[in-house]
This record gives sequence, C-alpha cells and structure tokens, in this order.
Amino acid sequence: MADIAAVEARGVTKIFGQGQDGVRALDDVSIAIRQNEFFTLLGPSGCGKTTLLRLIAGFELPSAGEILLEGQPVGHLPPYERAVNTVFQSYALFPHMTVAQNIGFGLEMQGRPAAERARRVEEMLALVKLAGLAARRPSQLSGGQQQRVALARALANRPKVLLLDEPLSALDLKLRKEMQIELKRLQHETGITFIFVTHDQEEALTMSDRIAVMNRGRILQIGGPTEIYEHPTEHFVADFIGETNFLEAEVRGVNNGEAALRFPSGGELAVPTARAIAQGTKVSLALRPERSSLVKAGSPALLTGRVQNIVYFGTDTTYYVELEGSGSFTVRMQNREGARLSFAQDEIVGVAFAPDAVQILAD
Amino acid sequence: MTELGADAQTRFERRYRVSRWALIGPALVIIALFGIAPLIITFVYSFLVAGTYGGVEWKFTVEAYVQFLFDRDIFSGQIQFIPDYLEIFWRSILLAGITTLTCLLVGFPTAYFMATRPPSQRNLWVFLITIPFWTNLLIRTYAIMLIIRDEGLVNDFLLWLGLIDRPILILYTNTAILLGLLYSFLPFMVLPLYASLEKLDFRLVEAAFDLYATRGQALRRIVIPLARPGIIAGCLLVFVPGLGSYITPVLLGGGSRLMIGNLIALQFGTSRDWPFGSAMAFILMAVVLLALMLYARSTGKSQVRHG
Repeated sequence: MADIAAVEARGVTKIFGQGQDGVRALDDVSIAIRQNEFFTLLGPSGCGKTTLLRLIAGFELPSAGEILLEGQPVGHLPPYERAVNTVFQSYALFPHMTVAQNIGFGLEMQGRPAAERARRVEEMLALVKLAGLAARRPSQLSGGQQQRVALARALANRPKVLLLDEPLSALDLKLRKEMQIELKRLQHETGITFIFVTHDQEEALTMSDRIAVMNRGRILQIGGPTEIYEHPTEHFVADFIGETNFLEAEVRGVNNGEAALRFPSGGELAVPTARAIAQGTKVSLALRPERSSLVKAGSPALLTGRVQNIVYFGTDTTYYVELEGSGSFTVRMQNREGARLSFAQDEIVGVAFAPDAVQILAD
Repeated sequence: MTELGADAQTRFERRYRVSRWALIGPALVIIALFGIAPLIITFVYSFLVAGTYGGVEWKFTVEAYVQFLFDRDIFSGQIQFIPDYLEIFWRSILLAGITTLTCLLVGFPTAYFMATRPPSQRNLWVFLITIPFWTNLLIRTYAIMLIIRDEGLVNDFLLWLGLIDRPILILYTNTAILLGLLYSFLPFMVLPLYASLEKLDFRLVEAAFDLYATRGQALRRIVIPLARPGIIAGCLLVFVPGLGSYITPVLLGGGSRLMIGNLIALQFGTSRDWPFGSAMAFILMAVVLLALMLYARSTGKSQVRHG
C-alpha cells in the first residue's frame, strides 16, 4: 500500500464556462501525493489550488484527466462516495446542530450505530481538546474552537485523505501559530494524508513534508520546504517564497556540473548546476538576501553598489544596496556579537556570496 | 454631553420625545381606528341580539355562540347539538390545510430553483412570481372557471385527445376550490420560502455531501431545518387567509360548498344576523390565534435549541 499514491492527478484540466469565455483554472496538472504525507498546495489566489482540492473532494468534475484515490479512479464518484473529507475555509459547521451532532454527522450518514458514534465523538473532542463542549452550538464557540470542531468533524470519519482549504486564514496570528502546531500533531497522531491549501508561504514551509507551488493553473515545482526555498527552479517560485534578489548573467560554459557565469559587471563565477545550458545563454539568477553579505569597498566582490537604506530587525539587519548599473539588491546579515562590521548609509560597498547560494532559474 | 448644561439636556430630551410621538402618531391613529376599533365593535356585537332588519338590539346575550353548536327549539326552548356549522368549519380547515400542503410541495422546489439561480437572475424570478398580483383576484378566478368548466380548455383538450368521452366535472367541486386556492396563494408560499432559502449557505450542503450525506439526506437534515422559518411563515401566510377566503369558494364552489368566510358574509347579508356573524368571526379568529400561538411556541423552542 505504501507505494501507491494516496491521491494522484493525471493530466487534470478544469475549464469553467464555455468556449471563448472559458476560464482555464487547471491546466494539465499531474501530481502524486504519498501516503501519510503533509502535502501543501501553495500559490496566490486564483492559481487553481482550491480548484484542485475541490476536484479531489468531488465537488467539481475535471474537464480532462483523471483523479485517483489509492490507485482507484474516482472521477465519476459524487463527494459522498469518496473516502475523503474536507475542512472548509468557512468551516461550514451546521448551525442548527450541536458540536456533538456536527462531529457525528458523517458517521450517522454512514449508518453507524449510535453507541459507536457517541464514543467516536468523545474521542474526537479529546483529540482536538474540546472535551466538555459537546452540547454547544457552533455560534457559541470562538473562531479557534469552531476550527477545531471542523477538524474533528472531518477526522471522525477516519478518511484516507483530509483536505484542508485555507483552514487557518480566518484566525488571528497567535491562534494560527497554535493551530499550525496542532495540525502537525493531528496529522502525526492520525497518520492520515493531509492536503493543505494555503497562500501563506511561511505556513507552507513550516508545516509541509512537500509543497507544490502553483500559478495560473499549473504546478511549477514540487519539493520539500528546503528544496523549494533553497533551490527554486523558476522565477515565480523564487519570487513567491521568501525574499529574493534576481540577477542576470551569461553562461560561458558548463563543466563538471558547474556553470561558468559572467556578470554584466565583468565578474565571473562558477556556480553548481544540474542542467546543461548552452554557451551564451542569458540566465536569471536567484539569490536569497541572507545568503549574501556586504564587504568593505576594495575587498574582492562580484558586485559593488551604494548602501541606500539600512533597516535594523534585532536579530539581523537588512541593507538595501543600489547596484552599479543593474538595479537594487537586498542583503540581510545577522547581528552577531564581536564580528560585526558596520556600514553607513551611502557607503560604497561590495556584495559577496558563495557560489552555491546562486540558483540558476529555468525561465 | 458633560459640556451640555443639565437644563439644555432636558430640553433636548423633551424635544426628542415630542418629535418621536409626532412621528409615530399618525400610524397609531390609523391602527386604532381601522384595526382595533372594528375588532371591538365585532366583539361587542357578538354578545347582542339580532335586529329584525339587520343591525343589533342592545341586549346582552351569549345566544350567538350557543347557536354555533346548538339549535334551540322555537317552541320548547330545548337545545340540541347540530354539527352543520362545525362541518363548514371543518371543511374550511381541511381545504385550507390541503391548500397549504400542496402550496408547500409545489412552492419549495420553485423557491429552491429561484434561490440557486445566479444572483443577477433572482430578482427577475421574484418579479415573475408576483405577476399574478397585477390582476384582480376576481378576474383571475373567472379565468380559472373558463379553463375548468365543462366546455373549458381542459375538458375540450381531453375530449379532443379522446382520453374521455364526456366532460369531467371539475367546476363547482371541492377540487375546483382547491385549484383556485392553490393558484391564488402559491406566491405567498414561494416568497417567504425563497427569502429563507436565499440566505442559506450552500457550502453547508457541500459539507453534508462531503460527510457522506446523499441528496435526500442533505435535503432533510440540512436544507429543510435551515429553511424552517420560511416554511412556517409560508404555511401561515397560506393557511390563515385560505381559511377565511371568500371569492374562490363562492365562484368555484358554486355557492353550494360554503367556507367560513362565505358563512360569515351570509350572516351580515341575507340572514341579517349580525351577532351570529360576529361570533363566528371571533371563533375563526380564535382558531387562527391558536395556530399562531403554536407557531410562536415552536419557533421559540427552536430558538432556544438553535441559540
């Protein structure tokens, strides 16, 4: 079982509307989500992440392609015949039922006996730490409590896959942090595959086993948080996740997994790459602010510029540098005791970085 | 406000009070004059003796209420139970009840359909539902007569098809009254149902599907309970006026099948027994009030359960 994907999408396309007015919400999306994985669909609003989730849940039918749950095609099944449950962004708790009735609803619909339902409701309330609130109405609960009821209601059915549609977006920052940890714990304890939809890159990085970054109905990159953050393959991914500096360079040649780059300033650098790139190709480079540093003018550095702005953040300081000839560059340096160089506004500085900090982008 | 002197404040409050009464005054006068006063007059009349040529004689009696259930022998003064009026009441309640139920069965899918249209189209549907109100009820009832009479559209069509060889009797039957009531009261059912279904969060229905509810289960467990206020309001708006309807039974029932409304009208007209008419109006009101109280109790309870 473990090597069968919990959820698989094969060439899934979803078009809303018809003909010329049709909106292509998903464009030939293929993805395989592993068993017991915390998988995140990350992207800006309108990127198709929620549409993909709704296709998996069965609320929408694909225009083309196939959805498989544990290897079985489910494209033709209505939502109530799929072993998948959803935690909705709006929670969608039934206002005319108590917390216990809400949590037991799925089991009741499956015709489970009342005694089993009562036991499971108790279990679920304990799991989401809401014991004692069984008789309350959803309207008598706080946002965070409602969120937990929504989770318990979905988990009570022991689904193979739990779908979470931006479930934390309505919570304030403190509660959101709490629920992030809570969700990870629940996923760990239940062993259920979680598919989590969010537009919050930080949330995605801290919680996920793997992330799929989406934009305009396409999946741009799939990988673990570190891979996505450290080795973005596309401009959009590098830009959407974290802060990034973009540079232009020309490839002089690829040798032994290293690409020799020539910068417009004339400096040269050999950067590790797995790809074969033709000589003379102009490429975009991504560089994280914290992977670069400032050096005093005169020290060897590829780029030089003038410090335009300095923002102190406590643990680190961010320098905004106007590069000679090619735009601005952000450098973030940790404020360590002792070994601290100080730079002043308008000072001419060099920008230094290690070769492996440079990521060559595909587009 | 602390800056304002105490004197200025009382002046302000007084002016506010005066203007408030001046503003609601006209409405209160109209309600008292045309709403409460007739009720009091009817109530008083129901305890008086009928005048020979209509009107009343100012002598107190409960005869009108006795008359509703019992017949007094003219010679011996013995009273005897008669079910005639009760039967008319019962038939009215039955007809109004069946009308309400049919309106609900027809109106619910209609309202559901309207509420699930795109918001831009919904007002058009509401507008279409209200179109019958543009024509007088009398005219519309005559139109129904033309359709269902022996030489009417329905019978002509069925004869032409050869499904029947002689016209079916529809006009002047209970069926005709039911058809008429259904037609005239349907909008009163659809509109409140629509109002509550339109507010329904259809994501809840989606959630029910996600939790393994079939379409039927989602309807019974989610949609109907949440549309309950609309269902109750619609039923009241159909049942109460249906119970007292006048034109429809007169025209479509052919005068032989009376409903309470007709019976009461008869007392003020041909029978010249105003106290009896007033008494029956009050008995009808008691029935309606009872229904309303049951409604208030059920929503009160449900609010406790919901709240």
